[in-house]
Amino acid sequence: MDFGSINPVLLIAALLVASTPILLAAIGELVVERSGVLNLGVEGMMIVGAVTGFIVTVETQVPAVGFVAGALGAMVLSLIFGVLTQVFLSNQVATGLGLTLFGLGVSALMGQQYAQMRTPVSPRWEFFGLNETPVLGPILFNQHPVVYLSLFLVAAVWWFLRSTRRGMILRAVGENHDAAHALGYSVIGTRFAAIAFGGACAGLGGAFLSLVIVPQWTDGMTAGRGWIALAIVVFASWKAWRVLLGAYLFGGVSVLQLNLQAAGFAIPVELLSMSPYLITILVLVIISSDRRRASANAPASLGRPFHASG
Amino acid sequence: MTPLFQIEGLTKAYPGVVANDDVSFSIGKGEVHALLGENGAGKSTLVKMIYGLVRPDSGTMRFEDASYTPASPHEARQAGIAMVFQHFSLFDALDVAENVALGMEDPPPKKTLAARIREVSEAYGLPLNPARLVGDLSAGERQRVEIVRCLLQDPKLLIMDEPTSVLTPQEVKILFETLRKLQSEGTSILYISHKLEEIRSLCDHATILRLGKVVGEAKPRDVSARDLAAMMVGAELKVPQAQPHESGAVALALKHLSVASASAFGTPLRDVSLELRKGEVLGIGGVAGNGQDELLAVLSGEQRTTPAAVELDGTPIGALGPVERRAMGLLAAPEERLGHAAAPDMSLYENAALSGWLRKGMVRGKLIDWKKARGFASEIINVFDVRTPGTGTAARALSGGNLQKFVIGREILQDPDVLVVNQPTWGVDAAAASAIRQALLDLTAKGAAVLVISQDLDELMEISTRFAALNEGRLSAPQPTRDLTIEAIGLMMGGAHGMETAHG
Amino acid sequence: MVRLEKRAAPSRVWAYLTPVVAVLLTMVAGGLMFAALGADPLVSIRTIFWDPLFGEFAFYYRGQLLVKAGPLILIAIGLALGFKAGIWNIGAEGQYIMGAIFGAAVALAFYPLAARWLIFPLMVIAGAFGGFLWAMIPGILRTRFNTNEILVSLLLVYVAEQILAWMALGPLRNPDGAGFPGSRNLRQYESSANSELIAGWGLHWGVVAALIAVIFAYVLLSKHLMGFHIRLTGESPRAARFAGVNPNRLILFCLGMSGALAGLAGLFEVAGPSGQISIDFNVGYGFTAIIVAFLGRLHPIGILLAGLLMALTYIGGEAAQASLGLPAAAIQAFQGMLLFFLLALDVLTNFRLRIGREARV
Repeated sequence: MDFGSINPVLLIAALLVASTPILLAAIGELVVERSGVLNLGVEGMMIVGAVTGFIVTVETQVPAVGFVAGALGAMVLSLIFGVLTQVFLSNQVATGLGLTLFGLGVSALMGQQYAQMRTPVSPRWEFFGLNETPVLGPILFNQHPVVYLSLFLVAAVWWFLRSTRRGMILRAVGENHDAAHALGYSVIGTRFAAIAFGGACAGLGGAFLSLVIVPQWTDGMTAGRGWIALAIVVFASWKAWRVLLGAYLFGGVSVLQLNLQAAGFAIPVELLSMSPYLITILVLVIISSDRRRASANAPASLGRPFHASG
Repeated sequence: MTPLFQIEGLTKAYPGVVANDDVSFSIGKGEVHALLGENGAGKSTLVKMIYGLVRPDSGTMRFEDASYTPASPHEARQAGIAMVFQHFSLFDALDVAENVALGMEDPPPKKTLAARIREVSEAYGLPLNPARLVGDLSAGERQRVEIVRCLLQDPKLLIMDEPTSVLTPQEVKILFETLRKLQSEGTSILYISHKLEEIRSLCDHATILRLGKVVGEAKPRDVSARDLAAMMVGAELKVPQAQPHESGAVALALKHLSVASASAFGTPLRDVSLELRKGEVLGIGGVAGNGQDELLAVLSGEQRTTPAAVELDGTPIGALGPVERRAMGLLAAPEERLGHAAAPDMSLYENAALSGWLRKGMVRGKLIDWKKARGFASEIINVFDVRTPGTGTAARALSGGNLQKFVIGREILQDPDVLVVNQPTWGVDAAAASAIRQALLDLTAKGAAVLVISQDLDELMEISTRFAALNEGRLSAPQPTRDLTIEAIGLMMGGAHGMETAHG
Repeated sequence: MVRLEKRAAPSRVWAYLTPVVAVLLTMVAGGLMFAALGADPLVSIRTIFWDPLFGEFAFYYRGQLLVKAGPLILIAIGLALGFKAGIWNIGAEGQYIMGAIFGAAVALAFYPLAARWLIFPLMVIAGAFGGFLWAMIPGILRTRFNTNEILVSLLLVYVAEQILAWMALGPLRNPDGAGFPGSRNLRQYESSANSELIAGWGLHWGVVAALIAVIFAYVLLSKHLMGFHIRLTGESPRAARFAGVNPNRLILFCLGMSGALAGLAGLFEVAGPSGQISIDFNVGYGFTAIIVAFLGRLHPIGILLAGLLMALTYIGGEAAQASLGLPAAAIQAFQGMLLFFLLALDVLTNFRLRIGREARV
């Protein structure tokens, strides 16, 4: 066992990277849920984003195009969910599960010829030498552009929900879709937009995984991150800035356990590998045990189907 | 003078029912026009067409001498038509200012809007605090949010759909003052209601709808309430008759009962005590959201309490569940027919088993005898004249009145010793309502005790022996009904809610 | 413009018809997918749906049908009880793994004692108990702390997979296995083997258990008060509370029952077709069973049929892989598609399609 090999600065820098896919997926799902829709297909959208992002980067050799493709690929998948739940009024839980099962299958199908390939590495930003600053440099000023993008998205979502009219309408739709309809707002249109945004975010997160973190394509490589993202939205009580906290908590645990594994800590590897999932469950339990608060924060129309009658 | 708003031959059909059939009338500038009709007469559909939520099959509308065909509520609001909804179009988790902004086409920035809300709400005697969460407001205050939202847009025509059903008598008075003030400023009002006295005191003109058709017009001030009722219902109504009998021993008692509400924006019950006697109807009035649902849950056993807080014939039952209470003779019928008293997609015989399996002996060794369930369902259908193709019909396929008869009948036919009902005739046509009230009275004649929770004061005055009111989770002391004045009832219900909050 | 109109009552005809139409539509869409992958669509569909039953190698494939359908039906029956009540156990895969581990551990503890009359029943009990225990975690967290059972049950799948890896490499590793991962082969241990009851049929004790589960669930749902309360809770939770259903007891019953059945499925698999605890012991039956439950309309008889059909796609998929070179993942995508079509068509049960000019805004 050798704690000396764990460098706290690199640990925090790695934490930001490890949290990014989950942060992206969670902030997207937060918008979806605030509009009153529960999309349990995050895992499926992430993996489709991972595979399309990877394939397109291999083919074009341009990571930026790959990221866009990953987002678009997952968005297309999310629109299947949108059509089924919003037009055909299917059960949201079942459809979300279907999306995950379908996404895992399709991604394996698409990616089978790409399993051993590598992609060009996209450079990190360096901020005119600020990255040379001790401690803060590697953490704040030497990250992948998508890491900054994810932080920007959290701020943007927070601002959008709080201060814009569209954001207010989205919250209204999630709170009481019948009333929103009676006032003349398009419930289904708003929800479609939210679902597509959620899909794009999840896809971007997936692409970050296959292009930056791993970086390779393997079947089922999201390994439950989509589900953890869903848990983080609950943990965050549907508030944007708390998603950041949840994602970094998870990122911290997973980076730490990897470092402990590398340091040869005397705990079975499997126990360390399961720790992120166990911590997520623990956090869920703590946050949901306060029944009244948990139910007051959840969007009141969450998961309920909407059909304009008469 | 040409009218402000004109409807010509408006027709709208849904599969199996013509909601509006060739409806025509007009509203003059500054006129308060009543649209009078029973539940199911087609008032809601008509209003939805005016507000752009539903498109008519045929017919025309004219507003300010121009053709008016709103494709959405946005267009209606732009034209100068505003609406106060019966079932509020509000968002609990948003604050007052946000709720107002959502009902406006072009709201000013939040700070300006908040100031405007304070200004307008004070000017019309409807004080509001723009920063409060709507979920925390009383029913009367919530309606004020809707009204203020409309007033901020200076509407030319204001539609009000059953506005007084959620107000105390004192609050109704304030509302009417506001409406008269608006009228004097030249605003036209379309006032939808089935309450005759209100219409007689407020409205200049009335159009009466029955089964989707205009069946008459009247100047309400010149016509008696009785004649208006006859036009609305189409027949003379049988008023329920109580057999004179003595009230007996205490059957059900609540003792200093305090319970938190199970839902986030619910009302906790605070130190509620009451005694219900055999052979009496105890009426509990109050505006919606003052603890009615919570009181029913505590009595039905859905919400458990400390054992001694609820007593049935002297036995503490607070900790018992619904099944044990049914076994002891305490039955209940909640307000919400679909989704609480009955499961919408289940058949009538399954819904008969829902609360009836125990007392009607349908279960032997944990297995259900569905034949007996069908038998019980047929019995309810026959005795209570429920119009349905058969016992296999899904509950949601029945009309409101028929399902309500089924749900109340299901409990009554189980011979309860104590029956608790919440809003027994809500949304039910007059004939069905009268039948249900009569059935409740007949039950007391047999010595049962009946507790009726209702927001319909006329109903409570008609059938209850004693009356009490719920206000913010507190229950007033019960009074014999025959000694009560409308003012006294209003004060028991809490007078005008929240008139001070926004000033402080 | 097409629009939807709510039916006064759910349509019985469409309730039975949707799975059939969904299967047909999936065949069409799947054929297109196979064509895109460069295979002849008609040949692929025939290879998947016809040849395993009636083709040249049917004698081999037919036996496989029950082997695959057994666990799917067993798990799906349990899931359907919960789904009917609106309780979403989606972690059957984890419960399946834990059942296998518990059952195998019992067998390995007795090895090499020859006492089948004692050991095999004990394994069955342990398998069911393992799955039950794993499902009780989301159950208790839900009833005690109001924690979302969907997320917890699913996250526990990943935990169970880690435990499986640990067991295969550590405590349950075959001491005579020359250091290879994986336990002793339970099929070769007379006391624990869950072998075929009739040679060539694929009928092992797990399939028998699945049939018993179908009958049990049928009686429960159509006759028993508990079954009525399960349906009632799913239709309308508030009405169920009013009827006197204790929601917590119902949650524990549904989760416990589905966990136990998934655990049983895992046990019969590890003692039979699979034979040993290994890192890649689980192959996703717990997830496919979700599709089986929906395809069977959450009805026990429907699940029986849907389980057989889904088993056929597995076997047919293998056949297509061997003869046409279709990738294994294609069948997974195919199954996902089936669920989509089913969910989309479900709308016809409760709504009527109207085609007319009168479109709502």
